[in-house]
Amino acid sequence: MQMPEPDQAVIGRRRELIQALQRIVAGEGVIYDEAALKAFECDGLTAYRQPPMIAVLPETTEEVSAVLRLCHEEGVKVVPRGAGTSLSGGALPLADGVLLGMGKFNRVLEIDYENRCAVVQPGVTNLGITHAVQDEGFYYAPDPSSQIACTIGGNVAENSGGVHCLKYGLTTNNILGLECVLITGEVIRIGGKHLDSEGYDMMGLLTGSEGLLGVVTEVTVRILKKPETARALLVGFQDLEKAGDCVAKVIAAGVIPAGMEMMDRPAIHAAEAFCQAGYPMDVEALLIVELDGPAAEVDHLIDVVRGISESCGAVSVRVSESEEERLSFWAGRKAAFPAVGRISPDYYCMDGTIPRHKLPHVLTRISELSEHYGLRVANVFHAGDGNLHPLILYDANQPNELERAEDFGSDILKLCVEVGGVLTGEHGVGVEKRDLMGEMFSKADLDQQQRVKCAFDPDGLLNPGKVFPTLHRCAELGRMHISRGQMPFPDLPRF
Amino acid sequence: MSGLLKPADAEQAREAIAWAVAEETPVEIRGRGSKASLGRPQQTDYQIDLSGLSGISLYEPDELVMSAGPGTPLAEIEAALAEHNQELAFEPADYGPLLGVAAEAGSIGGVFACNLAGPRRIKAGAARDHFLGVHGVSGRGEAFKSGGRVVKNVTGYDLCKLMTGSYGTLAAMTDLTFKVLPLPEKTRTVLALGLQDEAAVALMCEAAGSPHEVSGLAHLPGPVAARSGVSYVAGAGTSVTAIRVEGPGPSVEYRCDALKQMASGKGAVEELHSHNSAALWREIRDVTAFAADAVGSERPLWRLSVTPTNGAEAAKKIQDQAEGEAVFDWAGGLIWLSLAAADDAHADLVRGAVAAAGGHATLVRAADAVRAAVSVFQPQPAALAALSARVKDSFDPRRILNPGRMYPGV
Repeated sequence: MQMPEPDQAVIGRRRELIQALQRIVAGEGVIYDEAALKAFECDGLTAYRQPPMIAVLPETTEEVSAVLRLCHEEGVKVVPRGAGTSLSGGALPLADGVLLGMGKFNRVLEIDYENRCAVVQPGVTNLGITHAVQDEGFYYAPDPSSQIACTIGGNVAENSGGVHCLKYGLTTNNILGLECVLITGEVIRIGGKHLDSEGYDMMGLLTGSEGLLGVVTEVTVRILKKPETARALLVGFQDLEKAGDCVAKVIAAGVIPAGMEMMDRPAIHAAEAFCQAGYPMDVEALLIVELDGPAAEVDHLIDVVRGISESCGAVSVRVSESEEERLSFWAGRKAAFPAVGRISPDYYCMDGTIPRHKLPHVLTRISELSEHYGLRVANVFHAGDGNLHPLILYDANQPNELERAEDFGSDILKLCVEVGGVLTGEHGVGVEKRDLMGEMFSKADLDQQQRVKCAFDPDGLLNPGKVFPTLHRCAELGRMHISRGQMPFPDLPRF
Repeated sequence: MSGLLKPADAEQAREAIAWAVAEETPVEIRGRGSKASLGRPQQTDYQIDLSGLSGISLYEPDELVMSAGPGTPLAEIEAALAEHNQELAFEPADYGPLLGVAAEAGSIGGVFACNLAGPRRIKAGAARDHFLGVHGVSGRGEAFKSGGRVVKNVTGYDLCKLMTGSYGTLAAMTDLTFKVLPLPEKTRTVLALGLQDEAAVALMCEAAGSPHEVSGLAHLPGPVAARSGVSYVAGAGTSVTAIRVEGPGPSVEYRCDALKQMASGKGAVEELHSHNSAALWREIRDVTAFAADAVGSERPLWRLSVTPTNGAEAAKKIQDQAEGEAVFDWAGGLIWLSLAAADDAHADLVRGAVAAAGGHATLVRAADAVRAAVSVFQPQPAALAALSARVKDSFDPRRILNPGRMYPGV
């Protein structure tokens, strides 16, 4: 993975920069000790590591603004970081860059139940929002698996999803307002407690922009009243195709479950060994379908889904009869990643999305690739929305295994694009999938995206080396190639 | 010289824009023209009419996805969806009659370019929340795409979001892919009669904060309710607050009962079944009470998006100083205001009230001269306005696509 060449002139000014930053952020908020910097050297994508030149942990929007203004004036790169749980290397530091840690922005500023929203700082964890509002029976809907640790600021940067986004949407559908600092230090506020912010949808653009456009310093999120009941079905199938068929039929019947997850045999076995969830061990595919709402609705839909499952050839159907049982169905799925971590020294988590009906084809190809590369793979799958998480098992201590795992992963993602899907459903491009962007986008597509980047950050100082495979200068991107010509289709009627 | 260019496909659309770029000639980008008077008046010599880029190119009901050309009539799309018991869940409003043109004349491109939504916005989101992928031609005359056909996708910037609500000022869309959803099995509407605006907003917020997944919350003050085509509403003789629930049969009945309980302490309660429900929510969606024919096109029409609990107060503040009528949707968060005719459409009054309430106001209908003189869209603070202008330049550096439609010079 090639990162931008460190600027030795900037590194040479490290001492001055530390002093300038200390004038903005007092005390221990500026970190430059080598041992301390090591704590920031990677995020959830641990294969890549690089300690930052300096880390700074501001506490106020004014401090963020001053830090960014300084970096802008001095031409210093900035890498924003929330909790550092990114699985795509979105918060990988730069040797000549300042790491801007947002962890101290950890306060819930306002809860407005009447307007069903909460105003929070970006360092509040995803689950922390739900904890702040659950006494009144409310919750924040998007629930990425890392929700105990990941922050809402990071969720905005990555447009995080979770198992319940089939019904409740992604981060982008669940936020109402943002305060954001541009690289120039300018503070902009977008939206508020009302719907549909005015003008261009900057909130939609910033969500999922992976820290390349601005630094979020405040988020207004929608909160929802917790459904009265939730129940789940655990459905086993003898082959993946039938399970895939069942998913399609549930949706075709007009049912949008709160969550619909699939696991293949290796994932089922790993999960069962890890946490004894009570999963059937003699099936090739397991579906977890969750329905929520009033009891009358849930009971009705459970029957509908049970009927569809049976007509699709399910060999086992269990319906949760208690909250405890429902949670036990989820326990294995939620622990799938650590469970796989126990059966293999290392694993590499992929994140493509495909049209649902391509699932059998894609899984067949993945098992062929698994043989080709000589690496095992376990699949967990947000079946409802086509988001696939193959976990490639490897051992980093074996020569070339990491490279083989990465090649295997690339082939899976190319396959996703080939069948009409995309490179990443919820983990982000980061550094991990950066060089695969050309599989999905033409040069013209990527150039237009980078021009938008130039509108925010003309010097390319915010999180460079992420998302885009090649960095172009804004002046070069702005150049127009004009060829004057004939009026097109001049035979058309005019007035 | 002036003219109309009507490309038949995406490549011709690209050629037409490339020609305009080379000539440095501003062009008006339009779909089927039903919302041409929405925004600041434009003065371009040429129009690029995208109605020729019409037709559904992909519809997979099991995958909940559809693709269509920008000029495809919305009516055609809704008919195709209805055949499979599906719909656009964001319930796009039909602005035709509001703007004094025919009903059902709009295109799918217009729906997304204007980020339309209906009463279900509070539960299902707006057009922005359902837009999955786009092909377009920028104001550089270059074709580009963004997004895809799957719901979960974070590959690259979400340029679909930028396209929605950009009124054709950034690019001409040539193909759109969007999410579709199953029609609800059953619908019921609870009506609470005789509530003052403040009390109605309080009830709507209480219902929105309940676990009953309410999918419509609107309030029609007495004189507005009296003009409804639904006899129960028109005959109420007072204000009507409507609460909608949708979903599987047993669930709808249960939630309808619970909401009736909630409303019963506050006034008389009625219940509408499917047919009347559909008619009432279509009226609310399209704001038929304030159609140009109904109130007179000289009356300016404002659309306010505000913090819901501040809605009633904002409307009152405006109506205290200008003769006007209001319709409340989105639990009070969306206010349609039809005001007495004025040269400035009461812009300062409206924007002052909105500033206090938190939100923004759009002047949806007014004479050309009025829309040229006052800001149609909410003026932005300097840093955000400058950023918007830079984003415009990143797509359209010569400012040839619908220039000035949203903001002067942009």
